[in-house]
Amino acid sequence: MVTESSSAAAASLGALSTPEIEARVQVDRSSKQVIVLYWGAALFWLTFASIAGIITSIKLHNPGFLGGIEWLTFGRMRAVHWDTAIYGFGGVAASGTLLWLQARLCQVRMPYTKLLIAGGLVFNVGILLGVIGIFMGQSTGVETLEFPLWAMPFLVVPYVFIVIANFTMYFQKKTTHTYVSQWYLMAVTVWFPVLVLSAEACTNLGAVDGVAQAIANWWYGHNVVGLFATPTGIAAAYYLIPKVIGKPIHSYHLSLLGFWANAIFYNWAGTHHLTGGPLPAWTITLGVVGSMMMFIPVITIGINHHMTMVGSFHLLKTSPTLRFAVMGSMMYTFASFQGSLESLRSHQEITHFTHYTIGHVHLGMYGFFAPLMFAMIYYAMPRLMNREWSSARLIRIHFWCTLIGTAIYGGAMCYAGIRQGMMMNDPSVPFLNIVQFTVPYLQLRTLGGVILLAGTVAFLINFVRIVTPHKFTWASPTMLDTDRDWKDILKAEKGAEAAQ
Amino acid sequence: MSKTFLLAFGILLTILSSVTGLVLIPNWQFQSLKPVVKADGRRYPEAYFGDQDKGRGVYIAQGCIYCHTQQVRMKGYGADIRRGWGTRRSVPRDYLEDRPHQLGTMRTGPDLASIGARQPSESWHALHLYNPQLTSPGSVMPRYNYFFDEVKRGQMPPAEAIRLPGNGHGDVTHILPNERGRQLIAYLKRLNQSFPLPEANQ
Ligand code: HEC
Ligand code: HEM
Repeated sequence: MVTESSSAAAASLGALSTPEIEARVQVDRSSKQVIVLYWGAALFWLTFASIAGIITSIKLHNPGFLGGIEWLTFGRMRAVHWDTAIYGFGGVAASGTLLWLQARLCQVRMPYTKLLIAGGLVFNVGILLGVIGIFMGQSTGVETLEFPLWAMPFLVVPYVFIVIANFTMYFQKKTTHTYVSQWYLMAVTVWFPVLVLSAEACTNLGAVDGVAQAIANWWYGHNVVGLFATPTGIAAAYYLIPKVIGKPIHSYHLSLLGFWANAIFYNWAGTHHLTGGPLPAWTITLGVVGSMMMFIPVITIGINHHMTMVGSFHLLKTSPTLRFAVMGSMMYTFASFQGSLESLRSHQEITHFTHYTIGHVHLGMYGFFAPLMFAMIYYAMPRLMNREWSSARLIRIHFWCTLIGTAIYGGAMCYAGIRQGMMMNDPSVPFLNIVQFTVPYLQLRTLGGVILLAGTVAFLINFVRIVTPHKFTWASPTMLDTDRDWKDILKAEKGAEAAQ
Repeated sequence: MSKTFLLAFGILLTILSSVTGLVLIPNWQFQSLKPVVKADGRRYPEAYFGDQDKGRGVYIAQGCIYCHTQQVRMKGYGADIRRGWGTRRSVPRDYLEDRPHQLGTMRTGPDLASIGARQPSESWHALHLYNPQLTSPGSVMPRYNYFFDEVKRGQMPPAEAIRLPGNGHGDVTHILPNERGRQLIAYLKRLNQSFPLPEANQ
């Protein structure tokens, strides 16, 4: 049952010839320290952001909770939550995924590892400084770009290293063709720096004025999700689903169409965050058209992911990677349909300024993006560490908490948001009645958040165990339908000590 | 290799075209917008100065934006005007002085675009900010008691102190806005979009 660790990686590689396995092991070995640093940091920030999210959430139904303390006031906790969730968890997890996938798909060793490690450290220090800045009241006041300007170089410079490493690997690639995932990864490395620099220039550095700033703000706020988190998530799904079930992707042509439609239309969708606002109507119309056109890439990408799965659903019982990846890709389809419909003016008249938006954001980020990052980590870590996941039970807890927590959070907020919006549009309902109506749903959201955090803690324990050196591991990958647990490893270790 | 450049170039083009179309072109369209001169010779919108300007900074640093919008939607779209949040819809000219904008996207609390017209009372704002439960029982707005000096029972309240309703709040009978409190209230009183701009009726 439990063996010494060296055979684990070989066992999981299955039917490949020895030189091929050796080449992959080389690639993985070269990237190990970088990737473990990035993913470990991402999990730290996920835990941090979740705790901040729960505090924020409690404050909305119990304003007295940690009340009257300036640095913990709602407005600052909320900014800290979003910035650590998006940049800390999202940015760092996606960067790790990007680097690992690119190395794997190009079959080259990871270049500049020292630089990438230094960059990873600086980036995390930057987020920490930004968080301290917000707590001290130095937020820029631009939603989604709250970090004080002096923290930005810490975030921008390391990203340049990532871009360089990514292009270097791509130009050295040993494979002849480019896989779909790589298009998305290339796109992310081009888009993200352009996005951040233009958005900072247009808002905090004042290159544009008045409400054009608001457009720049939401052009960015929307795109940082759509041109950074989303493509990385899609790249992960495109890699993992065929990989785990051992079948090629459903259709190459569809993936090409999906990629370019996504690249072209997503870019224009941001102004739907300003529907009804003081802007020329045509800017909003463009946002609505962009959002509706998103049906094209979403449907093509959906067909590609889901049709590939047809006939292999039984594997969901056993494979942790596949379970998270399929949850993510299904929620991608769902949240994207929801988002496109949400952009319609008649829908926005009701839900625009309500908790519905918050429900949608979390269905997307915690239903689609986060599970795909988890799937990536579940897949890659045993290969990097040469060791299997210590406990199947913790993985099951993580999965069910993620699914149930997201469902409670999204369901409560979307329902409450629709009712809240309808009441708000009826001037005979006093405002405080609306506030009171939402309170039970806000409490339900806190419950959802706590369940999500419980799942994260389970994951964190498993993650810490897989990176800490220990002598024994399982001979085969840890599957979900087993009862494997940490205590079996401990027992084996004790036994070995006793024998010595 | 050339395929790679094509890919990278195409990707770059998608984002440059959207920032041009959505941000730079509207910005260029707004260049001609100027404040209007009112009958009394003052401009609308006026530049922020003094306490109002500092109060704006306080508003930003506290993150009021996460619960309050500052934009009134047009008649017939939502009930913003019927709720009394404004007399007309907001238009780009209203925001000429707003750097950074504080339009907001959440209405956990009411819209504040014209709060200065709707609620001109300084003592109401003081009580509400000190503890929203005093004026609006059941509110979920946080208390901003750190913007106030408290006068305890038995102490002599200064003339301009504001009496808490009922029997006071625990030990405290009166409050007095401190510097940041005064600045924030000055900013809230200044928020007012009632001046009728011609383009708002189109
Ligand atoms: C957690 C959300 C939240 C935050 C943060 C918040 N508010 Fe409020 N605010 C509310 C709610 C809910 C109401 C409605 C009930 C009430 O009057 O308290 C409200 C009402 C108001 C009102 C009265 C509006 C009216 O029409 O009577 C003003 C003025 C106000 N807030 C100002 C502020 C300022 C200034 C800040 C930042 C220092 C702020 N609020 C932060 C939730 C919030
Ligand atoms: C335990 C888990 C979480 C809880 C309890 C939580 C809670 C919250 C709360 C209370 C808000 C503010 C809502 C409001 O202002 O009314 C919020 C906003 C937000 N959260 Fe979370 N969150 C969690 C996880 C995440 C994760 C993992 C991400 C992203 C990866 C995320 C992304 C966001 C974003 C983007 C917003 C801002 C939405 C907007 O402005 O439209 N959250 N969250």
